[in-house]
Amino acid sequence: MSDRSFSVARVPGFATIAVTAFVLLYLPILTMVGYSFNASTSVSEWGGFSLQWYRLAWENETVKAATARSLIIASFAAVISTAVATMAALGTTRRGSFRGQTPIYVMINTPLMVPEIVTAVALLILFGVVRQVTGYQGLGYLILAHSAFCIPFAYLPIRARLEGMDLTLETAAADLYATPWATFRRITLPILTPGIMAGAMLAFVISLDDVIITEFVKSAGQDTLPTYMLGALRRQLTPEVNALSTALLALTVMLLTAFFLTTRKRN
Amino acid sequence: MTRETTVEAKAVGKTFGHGTSAFRALDNVSIRIDRGEFFTLLGPSGCGKTTLLRCIAGFESPSVGTILLSGRDITAEPPNRRPVNTVFQSYALFPHLTVTQNVAFGLEMLGRPKAQVAATVARMLALVKLEAFAGRKPAQLSGGQQQRVALARALAPAPEVLLLDEPLSALDLKLRKEMQSELKRLQHETGITFVFVTHDQEEALTMSDRVGVMSAGKLLQVGTPREIYNNPVSRFVADFIGETNFLPGVARGGVVRLASGEAVAERVANGPVTVAVRPEQVRIAAAGTRGIPALVARCVYFGTDTHVHMTLEGGVEVVARVQSPPSGDAGFAPGAKVVVLFAPDSVQVLDD
Ligand SMILES: Nc1ncnc2c1ncn2[C@@H]1O[C@H](COP(=O)(O)OP(=O)(O)OP(=O)(O)O)[C@@H](O)[C@H]1O
Ligand SMILES: [Mg+2]
Repeated sequence: MSDRSFSVARVPGFATIAVTAFVLLYLPILTMVGYSFNASTSVSEWGGFSLQWYRLAWENETVKAATARSLIIASFAAVISTAVATMAALGTTRRGSFRGQTPIYVMINTPLMVPEIVTAVALLILFGVVRQVTGYQGLGYLILAHSAFCIPFAYLPIRARLEGMDLTLETAAADLYATPWATFRRITLPILTPGIMAGAMLAFVISLDDVIITEFVKSAGQDTLPTYMLGALRRQLTPEVNALSTALLALTVMLLTAFFLTTRKRN
Repeated sequence: MTRETTVEAKAVGKTFGHGTSAFRALDNVSIRIDRGEFFTLLGPSGCGKTTLLRCIAGFESPSVGTILLSGRDITAEPPNRRPVNTVFQSYALFPHLTVTQNVAFGLEMLGRPKAQVAATVARMLALVKLEAFAGRKPAQLSGGQQQRVALARALAPAPEVLLLDEPLSALDLKLRKEMQSELKRLQHETGITFVFVTHDQEEALTMSDRVGVMSAGKLLQVGTPREIYNNPVSRFVADFIGETNFLPGVARGGVVRLASGEAVAERVANGPVTVAVRPEQVRIAAAGTRGIPALVARCVYFGTDTHVHMTLEGGVEVVARVQSPPSGDAGFAPGAKVVVLFAPDSVQVLDD
């Protein structure tokens, strides 16, 4: 073989570094998953296989309520942020470069860069004011906050999909007597659907995982699954948290697999 | 016989950009295309062919001038209201729809009843011989098949005019020849006016009823392939369509003479001119007989033809195209002295 281009795989120690990285990534997760089936009450001592922690979590009304809340917030946030992101992507890609393009890209993607704690504090203050004025205490604040920080995650796959789309398809539809609305509904939207699905799934997962912003924005009794777990850990470290984490992990992995399958299918 | 006009462009101009970066892509283009005609726009890359088609389709609005369809001013109409369809160079087939759904799209948008749509689609697929592929997606078709889907899709709504923007340029030579006769057949069977764009002069000459030659945004000449080839109005047209010898000459006293003094044509106006002769109209005879003395420079073999390059007195080069003999070379050794003659009526006199 005469392939003489630089290959990082031939750097000395590459294999060691790679293996270390993988071990660091997956060993904790595997340990957690393993200990979630531990029969012992101790977090670090193996007492045989048991599903008792899953059963315990399953029978815990607080866990059930938190899970339901998490799923409700994530569903709303995914739908709202994806709708907004779709419009943003349509508005920013279907044309040549325009004035203010860079500032708009930056503004859409800023939530990815701003430290989450800053957003959390800001939202806490703003919603505090709104609470005082309106007296509203419901889940709306969490849904709104989650929708906002999920937008850039939903935006990225949708924009990528739109940028890969041949604009002459829309010209062709117009040529074949389609009104602008019919063109959007029959041509643009169907072609965009995999991107929208991917964006929605990504947003859902991101919302499901969130701790910091939720912790700051929630009112009393509005724990989501992650904030409940955080609270439970503060009180006492039990394998129940292992079981919950494992369940959350399983759900996330399933969604991410679906995400990759939908984005890959286009080729 | 009076001919009915389908598309007409009246003094159409199109300028892109503003101020110093303004670019005039179309300059005072006027054209009338007859109903049922196979009309070709021919010209080098960037001369404005696509822009003119886009103005007719409605994807671009002219900066000045009007576009008429069957006498009706459609300049301000959006593309989806014009009974004009386009075959795009990239085909632009809808990737998420099957062949059938692609072909049906225009009819559905026009709100035709389901039964009629199905019948028309079946007829179209038969016309382009794609019945067997009705259920496939565009990605599962070859380039030639995609091309035919694009044709069927554009023909299905029975437009008044079909616009084809270099539809064959992505195909290899053999498929291209096949599609050329296919297009002619489709045009004949449907009776629809075709406006075809190409920068291949041979394609333009063999396929068209009439050809419009464009250059730098201007329409230089419109005529039948024969007229364009035999009576080009300018040096550009003569040069762009086929090969031509250009010889400097002078018109004086009603006669056009070459630098060698040979009288080759008649002309009233005096002044310097360019004499154009097609290589196949140049005859070569033995030195000493009547004709313009020349020296053979070299022979280039082209299979059926041989091109004999010669220099006249004064260094002007002339190429003659002679039929290659069955064996051996054409018998003109480099350096041989000969005379050249131009076939009667084959000489074009162009203004300098
Ligand atoms: N949207 C546009 N903005 C600016 N200039 C343009 C635009 N569209 C076309 N032009 C310019 O107008 C000229 C004519 O373009 P056009 O596409 O009509 O050429 P064409 O004859 O179809 O060439 P080709 O054979 O390469 O397709 C070109 O010089 C092109 O750069
Ligand atoms: Mg073009």
